[in-house]
Amino acid sequence: MSEPRTLIDKLWAAHEITRREDGAALLWVDRHYVHEGSFHAFSQMKARGREIAEPELTFGVADHYVPTRGRAAGIADPEIAAMVRNLEANAAESHITLFGLHDPRQGIVHVVGPEQGLTLPGLLIVCGDSHTSTHGAFGAYAFGIGASEVAHVLMTQTLWQRKPKRMRITVEGKTTPGVVAKDIALAIIAHIGANGAQGHAIEFAGSAIAALSMEGRMTLCNMSIEAGGRCGMVAPDATTIAYLTGRSYAPKDADFERAVEAWAALASDASAAFDREVTLDAGTIVPMVTWGTTPDDALPVDGRVPDPAREADEARAQYMRLALDYMGIAPSTKLTDIAIDRVFIGSCTNARIEDLRAAAAVLAGRVSKVPGLVSPGSSLVKRQAEEEGLDRIFRDAGLEWADSGCSMCVGINGDIVPAGERCASTTNRNFRGRQGRGSRTHLMSPAMVAAAAVSGYLADVRPLLVGRKP
Amino acid sequence: MEKFVRLTAKACPLMMPNLNTDQILPARYLKWSRAKGLGAVLFQDLRFDGDGNARADFPLNQPCWRGARILLAGRNFGGGSSREAAVYAAYDHGFRCVIAPSFGDIFAQNAVKNGLLTAVVSETDIAELAAAVTSDPERLITVDLDRQTITCGDRSYFFAIDSISRNQLINGWDDVDLTESYRDQILAFTAEDRIRRPWAAPARR
Repeated sequence: MSEPRTLIDKLWAAHEITRREDGAALLWVDRHYVHEGSFHAFSQMKARGREIAEPELTFGVADHYVPTRGRAAGIADPEIAAMVRNLEANAAESHITLFGLHDPRQGIVHVVGPEQGLTLPGLLIVCGDSHTSTHGAFGAYAFGIGASEVAHVLMTQTLWQRKPKRMRITVEGKTTPGVVAKDIALAIIAHIGANGAQGHAIEFAGSAIAALSMEGRMTLCNMSIEAGGRCGMVAPDATTIAYLTGRSYAPKDADFERAVEAWAALASDASAAFDREVTLDAGTIVPMVTWGTTPDDALPVDGRVPDPAREADEARAQYMRLALDYMGIAPSTKLTDIAIDRVFIGSCTNARIEDLRAAAAVLAGRVSKVPGLVSPGSSLVKRQAEEEGLDRIFRDAGLEWADSGCSMCVGINGDIVPAGERCASTTNRNFRGRQGRGSRTHLMSPAMVAAAAVSGYLADVRPLLVGRKP
Repeated sequence: MEKFVRLTAKACPLMMPNLNTDQILPARYLKWSRAKGLGAVLFQDLRFDGDGNARADFPLNQPCWRGARILLAGRNFGGGSSREAAVYAAYDHGFRCVIAPSFGDIFAQNAVKNGLLTAVVSETDIAELAAAVTSDPERLITVDLDRQTITCGDRSYFFAIDSISRNQLINGWDDVDLTESYRDQILAFTAEDRIRRPWAAPARR
């Protein structure tokens, strides 16, 4: 009998072309997603006088720089316009399918890939974006790469990699009402730290993970990188297969049946060993918010921000002082006493249809006390939300309903949080200046952002859900 | 790619933990081409205040560390975004080596592709090194990749780096050229794979 293997062991073995003496393996890449930011890699390829190896396995998406408002009028900023045009030119030149600015399927790459059925279990998927870990939700080996690696994939459809260590994070039990995938993700990151999974491939397992929708699993795997893990994954199951059935680029008929059979064999063998195991009880997780400038600064919303004076570790205390100073929060402040200036609902973390429904469920019949922007994860999500009337709920609450893109998560399309302002955000990074120079970000779930909007403060969504379908 | 074998240089301490790639290179500079050179905007928002004035207390702004080619950093240096331009910024500024207790995985991989060494040492050792160059900024540090040692005065420290990255840096290997030499294996793999996983290619719509 062969040795028991984990999901990552099986994915790795299926893609290994060869292995060098020093342990580096050459891996086959099944899907490669590019975006406007991939221009360095196209330049590197051209500088070598080379061409793309497998144009049918690379897909382009315009997301990082696209405008979310007034799109029909074109892009006013010439530098930003050039970024979008550059992607169009590179895609055309390399014969890559592009979901461009005006394509009805345009959206954020990590929403579009799964939505189109391009992301499948058992695949190796890369993209020049750290949140490529999102696609691991399908039981794919998916990770972010830098420009040199993007160029290598363009030219060879392969990558040299060192095998990551194996880490299993098991979340057992049932979450309580108001607790969603984002809360699980933030609870995990707070528990293991922002570099807790460095060097590891994370597999998420347990009954609480199995109970998540594909949207929830994508949120969770998306945030793997915020725990330092380059990839996170969930073994495919009936939920995965139901999601993929009928998707445009997913296999059809006999191919699909054959695929389903192969996917069933991907799950980690019962006795397979992991290098590291972490276990959490889903029942103890409550709605989470971040207070500081790294995602592991996450706390239950009913808590208080820390007091550096009571921190024994001087280096940690010094970090807390800097973070609290940047965030403009006094030590020991109750989280729910922190007033916000605006909200943002969007990003590859939390802008899928389920996320918009969860936020709308809180906002329906209520008014936001602060301005805010809602940018759906894709143009198709936007259309579906409009068919469901969610856009009306957001607009009636006083929020702006915009087009799809990375938008205010990274702020490079011009959607920024002004310096000194505090934003309750469904995004993935509360880094200094992430949403614009001097911006202050608090991360939380879409429903929690909605709760903050109607309260004007960081707020516990649970009382606002009473009598409503979450 | 430029090889890295041995380097003797001044080392600048920048010890806050979690200096992620958004701090190393703010996103608004991601539009810049490499030709423009990104060294001038390395750590831009930490080095300069909102009005563009240099912050005197930021180590990189202090005259004593001008010309430093080694950066001493805190835990989890280069976490976050996959932007390789963060490596370009450090490299273009003149750094050839970053020493820290841990690195973001993608940053470390990007670094090796550009000839920037990421050397991993313990928290105790980085604190000692930082203290040494803080008390004597002119002190030169020697990083020897072959022996995996850092020498500072009469102290010597071992640093960790995975053997793959070490090989690539020492030999100045170019990945694309190397991969070319495996062309036959790649063709054999894809021929078998098409039979084994016929469902893996994107479906014709």
